[in-house]
Amino acid sequence: MIKRIAWAGLMLLSAHASADTPASFMARYAQEAGVAVTALSPARGEALYRGEHPGKNGAMQSCASCHTANPKQAGQTRVGKRIEPLAPSVNPQRFTDAAKVEKWFRRNCTDVLARECSAQEKGDFIAWLNQIK
Amino acid sequence: MNYVLRGIGVLAAVGTLSLLAFSLPSGGEARGDGGGDDLMPRLTHGAWQQECASCHLAYSPALLPRASWRRVMGGLDQHFGENASLDPATQADILRFLEANAADSGRSRIGDKVMQRMDTKAAPLRITETRWFVKKHDEVPRATWARKSVGSAANCAACHRQAEKGVFDEDTVRIPK
Repeated sequence: MIKRIAWAGLMLLSAHASADTPASFMARYAQEAGVAVTALSPARGEALYRGEHPGKNGAMQSCASCHTANPKQAGQTRVGKRIEPLAPSVNPQRFTDAAKVEKWFRRNCTDVLARECSAQEKGDFIAWLNQIK
Repeated sequence: MNYVLRGIGVLAAVGTLSLLAFSLPSGGEARGDGGGDDLMPRLTHGAWQQECASCHLAYSPALLPRASWRRVMGGLDQHFGENASLDPATQADILRFLEANAADSGRSRIGDKVMQRMDTKAAPLRITETRWFVKKHDEVPRATWARKSVGSAANCAACHRQAEKGVFDEDTVRIPK
């Protein structure tokens, strides 16, 4: 009995250990978009990150408005709370949790672009961040 | 060797089970607030802390009545100008916790104080709109709120340096320049 519980515990831990990676998200989004992973474009990802769009208060806004121009730096929410850096090279926690990644794409694309992002855009975005050293 | 493996297994199982136990929703403690109205009730709830506190301080449920929390949680896709939408299960879980510990739940002294100054049918969306909050901050000039170092009245921790711990007494206040 104890052995069975112990194994269940180990299985849970190993399931946790084999979490997602930036590369696995790129593969998933490329497949969803019907393109090869090699067709994801860091340049398009960067353009998406820096692209400015009219916000609700009239001012222009982009991903960089909160995440700063350099994704290796920490950003700040509108009420002053720290946002950990987006680039996986300085923040290995990024792009390791599917629910979290989907939640923030849904929220932030709707806020900045006034629409959801496509699978291609999400793939491009991660492709750019993932090659920042 | 076999015993070593088994030992590791048991440790892993215990660790996992306790992690699971701590991440389960909990109703928090009743009246765990020390009796004053400058100390938030000490509450723990995984989703509340994780979700609400990813953008701002996890404001105490004791600062607004149930009706307010229902409005807040019913409009997360337009949460003070931002999309803060959640999956339905997490949203419902957090709302249950907020309602159980709301100002009108009778579970905290601070909640009682907030309710003393509130119309029974009022359901403000902002803590800063409650008469309790306004009275508590009536000595703070308008210009102070507007300082860049403060940002907005939503940024409790700008002045209440121990806000993250639920400590709001005046000794811990340092208004930034």
